[in-house]
Amino acid sequence: MSIPAELQYTSEHEWVRIDGDLAVVGITQYAADALGDIVFVDLPKVGKAITAGSVVGEAESTKSVGELFAPVSGDIVEANQSVVDSPELVNSDPYGTGWLFSVRVSSLGDLISADAYAALIAE
Amino acid sequence: MCNSRETLRHRNRGGVPSPIAGSVSTFGVLVTESLKLSPLDAIHRALGALFTDFAGWDMPVRYSSDLAEHHAVRTAAGIFDLSHMAEIYMVGPGAGAALDFALSGTLSNIPLGRAKYSLLLNDEGCILDDLVVYRTGDEEFLVVANAGNRFVAVEAIRERARGFECVVRDDSDSVALVAIQGPNSFDILDNIDGLEVDGLAELGYYRCLSATFRGTAVLIGRTGYTGEDGFELYIPATDAAEFWRAATVAGETRGLQACGLACRDTLRLEAGMPLYGHELNSFLKPVQVNAARAVDLTKDNFVGRDGVTAGVSAGAAVLVGLRSDGKRAGRADYAVQSNGRTIGTVTSGALSPTLGYPIAFALVEPDFAKLGTVVDIDVRGTAIPATVVSLPFYSRKARA
Repeated sequence: MSIPAELQYTSEHEWVRIDGDLAVVGITQYAADALGDIVFVDLPKVGKAITAGSVVGEAESTKSVGELFAPVSGDIVEANQSVVDSPELVNSDPYGTGWLFSVRVSSLGDLISADAYAALIAE
Repeated sequence: MCNSRETLRHRNRGGVPSPIAGSVSTFGVLVTESLKLSPLDAIHRALGALFTDFAGWDMPVRYSSDLAEHHAVRTAAGIFDLSHMAEIYMVGPGAGAALDFALSGTLSNIPLGRAKYSLLLNDEGCILDDLVVYRTGDEEFLVVANAGNRFVAVEAIRERARGFECVVRDDSDSVALVAIQGPNSFDILDNIDGLEVDGLAELGYYRCLSATFRGTAVLIGRTGYTGEDGFELYIPATDAAEFWRAATVAGETRGLQACGLACRDTLRLEAGMPLYGHELNSFLKPVQVNAARAVDLTKDNFVGRDGVTAGVSAGAAVLVGLRSDGKRAGRADYAVQSNGRTIGTVTSGALSPTLGYPIAFALVEPDFAKLGTVVDIDVRGTAIPATVVSLPFYSRKARA
């Protein structure tokens, strides 16, 4: 199970890559594997103001639905059109081309380290 | 992310949502003791399967990708472990008569080597289970019930068979069931080392025959739950692993894919086949769910007859197929609406892997059941238009 050490995580199985005041967000491999083949993603619109912890979108597999929570507060800078067009990228490359959206961060939510996330899913 | 909803009624031991629609949580028996393991359990673990609690059995949901498994069955072949299903034998000179009394159809007159779909009804004429009955001898029938209804079915059949010259035997724990489904399934069975069978090529749909696998008697039915050509093989649990391995060898060059219960659910949905606990339950009568053909009212006496002939109330819900555009699928328990008023409920739904658009079964008010009627599915707050379409959603080309 891949859990890149340089990323931060949430207990909702999302990862966040912080670069200055920009955060790129995706779901973890654990979450992608648990959902199964993802066939539809609904992402927040560019410019939308989001609040950490609120529901901002959905990822659907053939058999289930997962809600996407905002891991940070801020404004949506970009939504990844590639995963809208090819949702399977979330399964095949969750930490790379399967990223979901980016946020201009105003404040961080409750983020945890890779080690803490690994411990969480090992429970 | 996550806290996935509705169709995720079970969680496996890792806390990962287990995406299986065939849950027994609503209508069946809730099993709290430790999970039963299939006789093929070690094979599934070696293949890296994800598991789910299915009616008290720890069964594979998928091995890798449920979409890949789904497509394999449509285009090549898939092998399924269905050992959780219940196998109930009825043996004796009165077995046929007992079944005629216990079930909705007439079973006593089906010839040796035939199978028939039937229903177990309660006194009110509502559905306790749907089953497949194979005639395996002059005085022997095999009744295959859903895993979640095993004890309901066994108890009801035992009770109803009282007074008939017949023995009811629940062999569910000692019999394994392996299905091989898909256009290449015959070719695979034909090449399984050690499977001795005559007449497999000529075996018609809903027919069965006896065979041996390395000296052990097995039953092969040309039956299934995927909408493809395929076979179901009943084998003693002690021989199941050896058979699975032999089938895997024969399937290596024939596109055979190990398949879990997730794709089984999308396959049966596309094929318009109902699933107990979703499209069928103990509050529904056969006429509401397109199953009146499974009820033989020419029989004078069977359990549920009076309830069936009493009919249903004028507004009783009926089962329909719904098709939408786009990618957002309705799922079990979502409301079906018309002009904002709830007129029904989705019982199963998915983005069809084969067809590429969302499909669903729904129970709706009869005024909205006509083909072509447009309704809305409330997909988590968004009204997604859906059209009532004929079933099945998917039909394979007739076999040559």
